[in-house]
Amino acid sequence: MSERTLYDKVWDAHAVTTLPTGQTQLFIGLHLVHEVTTPQAFDMMRERGLSIAYPQRTFATADHIIPTDTQVRPFADDQAEAMMAALERNVRDFDIEFYGLGSDRQGIVHVIGPQLGLTQPGMTLACGDSHTSTHGAFGTLAFGIGTSQVRDVLATQTLSMDRLNVRRINVNGSLPLGVHAKDVILTIIRTLGVGGGKGFAYEYGGAVLDAMNMDERMTVCNMSIEGGALVGYVNPDGTTFDYLLGRPFAPKGEAFDRAMAYWRSMASDPDARYDDVVDIDGSAIEPTVTWGINPGQAVGVLESLPRPEELQDPKTVEKAYQHMGWEPGAPILGTPIDVAFIGSCTNSRLSDLVAAARVAKGRQVSSDVRALVVPGSVEVKKQAEAAGLDRVFTEAGFQWREAGCSMCLAMNPDKLNGREVCASSSNRNFIGRQGSPGGRTLLMSPAMVAAAALNGKVVDVREYN
Amino acid sequence: MSEIKQVGGRAVVVRGHDIDTDRIVPARYLKEITFSRMGEYPFIDERYDADGNTVEHPFNEARFQGAELLVVNRNFGCGSSREHAPQALYRWGIRAIIGESFGPIFAGSSVLLGMPTVMASPEDVGRLMTLVESDPQVELTVDLDARKVRLPDGSDIDIDISEGHRNALTTGSWDSTALLLGNMDEVAQTSEKLPYTKNFEGPAPL
Repeated sequence: MSERTLYDKVWDAHAVTTLPTGQTQLFIGLHLVHEVTTPQAFDMMRERGLSIAYPQRTFATADHIIPTDTQVRPFADDQAEAMMAALERNVRDFDIEFYGLGSDRQGIVHVIGPQLGLTQPGMTLACGDSHTSTHGAFGTLAFGIGTSQVRDVLATQTLSMDRLNVRRINVNGSLPLGVHAKDVILTIIRTLGVGGGKGFAYEYGGAVLDAMNMDERMTVCNMSIEGGALVGYVNPDGTTFDYLLGRPFAPKGEAFDRAMAYWRSMASDPDARYDDVVDIDGSAIEPTVTWGINPGQAVGVLESLPRPEELQDPKTVEKAYQHMGWEPGAPILGTPIDVAFIGSCTNSRLSDLVAAARVAKGRQVSSDVRALVVPGSVEVKKQAEAAGLDRVFTEAGFQWREAGCSMCLAMNPDKLNGREVCASSSNRNFIGRQGSPGGRTLLMSPAMVAAAALNGKVVDVREYN
Repeated sequence: MSEIKQVGGRAVVVRGHDIDTDRIVPARYLKEITFSRMGEYPFIDERYDADGNTVEHPFNEARFQGAELLVVNRNFGCGSSREHAPQALYRWGIRAIIGESFGPIFAGSSVLLGMPTVMASPEDVGRLMTLVESDPQVELTVDLDARKVRLPDGSDIDIDISEGHRNALTTGSWDSTALLLGNMDEVAQTSEKLPYTKNFEGPAPL
């Protein structure tokens, strides 16, 4: 059969049956668990007397609530300690492999899955976290799910799902120097809207995606949900296979060759039929910065802030201006910042840290900026330290932290205070997201965050080329 | 499990596009390991200022207390997957949400709670909002079988909901675990066919 997308092939291979509701019962190849969205699911399992169906297909780690400065137990925050203890009890009671604090495999769930070779092409994956789409970088159909759905996956290794349409997004040409994967996905969301992906899976491709390494593809796929798409993916290719070779859970020897044959066969056919196709000129993408309260409210760093009356939907931006306190028509360049955060499941991998370190090396963080670098996993931290990046950052005045979600979502001690403005490599600029109801977030690439940290304001990272 | 074919009651209006789940329940309340107190939290940072004083918000207004329907605009519940958001609204008393569109994970979680999220045109949502704000006592009925919201004056508006969600609700199988558990033999067969479940040992059954 030809003309099929990767989405079609993976869906069909994992479809168990059509349920009486008309939805598909879909087998989930890999289930990732973290501490925040699962305690209630395990409790529901206990209340209903259910056992876990495929414990060997579930892996757990802790990332959201853990402090990134000192990780001594018990945590200072009683709630965080109780949540951690609940996870530890749950993985023990349900016989789940767990990479907790002290494990060299611990880290942000969307960093460790790929890093361990658990995430593989042609697989379905679910996790109680909206950024699960990250794993789509491998040609995986990866679903962010709610807690009741976590219960379903624990109990049955399946989900009841509606099939999505597929939109192919071609990013053509090549990216200018100083323009990164983060700028690509922010531009896609800006172009198609934060709700534009409703009902769609996004298939990212084109010369820009072909040229990207896996870290960069993960950054793009990570923010699919910010564009309203439940899943996003890139077709697997040689770059994907090279990344997987030798990873702890990747097939070994001849099995790897057989795996590659399967993975290749699951990629979209050259004549695949899409429900929609969008073309974006990669060479026209600029370093991009969000100015508002959703990730679609973004401008190129040399642009000025939009005037509500120029937009289709002036009311939507009024709330953003009210919260951010900026004036329409003002430049984003030169906007003062108080905090700089490099980290999160979007941008905490080795190549992200390398890009930021290249800007920071031999320079100093502005004296009035609090700057954090938070590696995405213990493994990333080790690799970065082996490459001397920790010294580059600390000598420049950045704090070098332990692995975790940190200031992306303020469930741990890393938070904004008051009306602070944060240049952040994370994924959400929602009101209150970084822990202060009045806090303000400017999303940008790790290199742009580093440049902003040095200058105490938003600058164009291309000046550092 | 009960069949949910119609949901009727008074409504509350929360205006605005792209209201994300961080705004519905801020992350600090996700540190609780049960959902039991979530009903206290919907929109909490928009309902109270830093000193705990009440701020103007529909969920604070006396006239909207006891509402069972929520009327919203576009892309409601976008962002974080936190089920705490639909749990908070449900536990506050909401039993169905009418909006222009919804975040995909929010909509999926809501149906598993037996709380339909139904979509209407921007014009019809606007009409409902105006109606409810001018008369909070008005009783609306979401009729999933007929795919309509019925108004007390006898008129109605068309609504859309995924066929799978609608069937799950109207046949009483919205809590999907039992349904899924019925097919565990087929689940095992599907698993067996996938080459990665055996880590690609032996010839792949392509």
